[in-house]
Amino acid sequence: MPEIDTSLLENKLPGFSKEFSGEILEVRDYHGDLTVVMSPKIIRKALSFLKTQLNFEVLLDVFAMDYSKFEPVTPERFSVIYNLYSLSRKRRVRLKLYLNEQNPEVDSVHDLYASANWFEREAWDLFGIKFLDHPHLTRILCHNEFEGHPLRKDYPSDGYQQLRKASASLGL
Amino acid sequence: MTSGTSTNQPSVLPPVEAESRNIAFTTRLEDFVNWGRKNSLWPLPFGTACCAIEYMATVSSHYDISRFGAEVVRFSPRQSDCLLVLGTVVEKMGPILREIYDQMLEPKWVIAVGVCASSGGFYRAYHVMQGIDEIVPVDVYVPGCPPTPEGIIYGMMKLQEKISKGGIVRARDRHKLTGK
Repeated sequence: MPEIDTSLLENKLPGFSKEFSGEILEVRDYHGDLTVVMSPKIIRKALSFLKTQLNFEVLLDVFAMDYSKFEPVTPERFSVIYNLYSLSRKRRVRLKLYLNEQNPEVDSVHDLYASANWFEREAWDLFGIKFLDHPHLTRILCHNEFEGHPLRKDYPSDGYQQLRKASASLGL
Repeated sequence: MTSGTSTNQPSVLPPVEAESRNIAFTTRLEDFVNWGRKNSLWPLPFGTACCAIEYMATVSSHYDISRFGAEVVRFSPRQSDCLLVLGTVVEKMGPILREIYDQMLEPKWVIAVGVCASSGGFYRAYHVMQGIDEIVPVDVYVPGCPPTPEGIIYGMMKLQEKISKGGIVRARDRHKLTGK
């Protein structure tokens, strides 16, 4: 495990490194954009800490990535990234976690941030990431007859799927 | 057009016919109806992408589509007769586009504006319909990404040409007239 720059973390997110000391895998600061890579097990605790203790009121985006053809090789195939913004402190932070290929699942945070509901559905639709305890984890962009997850790297780039039944367009 | 020229008419014509020479002309019913139709197209813009921005320029004063009689833009399919598909149509949106087309009254025409509506354009991927002619019949295709306003006007003129050459009887009623 690489050495964690706790002073940087303490400076930008006071109290965070102490609270989650064993679960932080990596800290990066790229042109002032802080990225914290952490274990997926504590994502709910970490987001709730950032929301309540450090005033990150807005969850701007949740999205996934497929690193299966990526250099350098990452610890796992998939990652889920949470972009947070603090309106009162005008700070941004990015939380990132890696999920394995066989069982890409992580706890849903829809009850902490309402915006997560649709973001998580999008990540499910396009990458097949399962968000546990999500109230309505169904496709949001692709039509209801769609099979597979089109933004995975093993999905064919011209894998166009025609809609056969008009009523399946919106899932009605 | 004035009654002053009626002195040149042959004196054998009855007065009503003599007068009609000055105020009327003859044509075929089909030509007359088509002349009216092609010069009063009521477009319905189904705008999903940048082509719709070009269409806004086409309608506004600089390019002025009203010179071609097609400026009465309606956003209800029941009040329009020319469906303009302006932009990318994804597979999921197909049934919605079809429903809008079905709600339009005859006679009706469709213009696919831009390469996305015509063929899917550069979206050869999992989500985009490879041309709207998969679900609705298209009369005119306008190329370009996006097409210039001149291109859209040219497409409109091509549609006018098509209308003026076409019949006025619905295709599905033609057999009733010919008995075939």
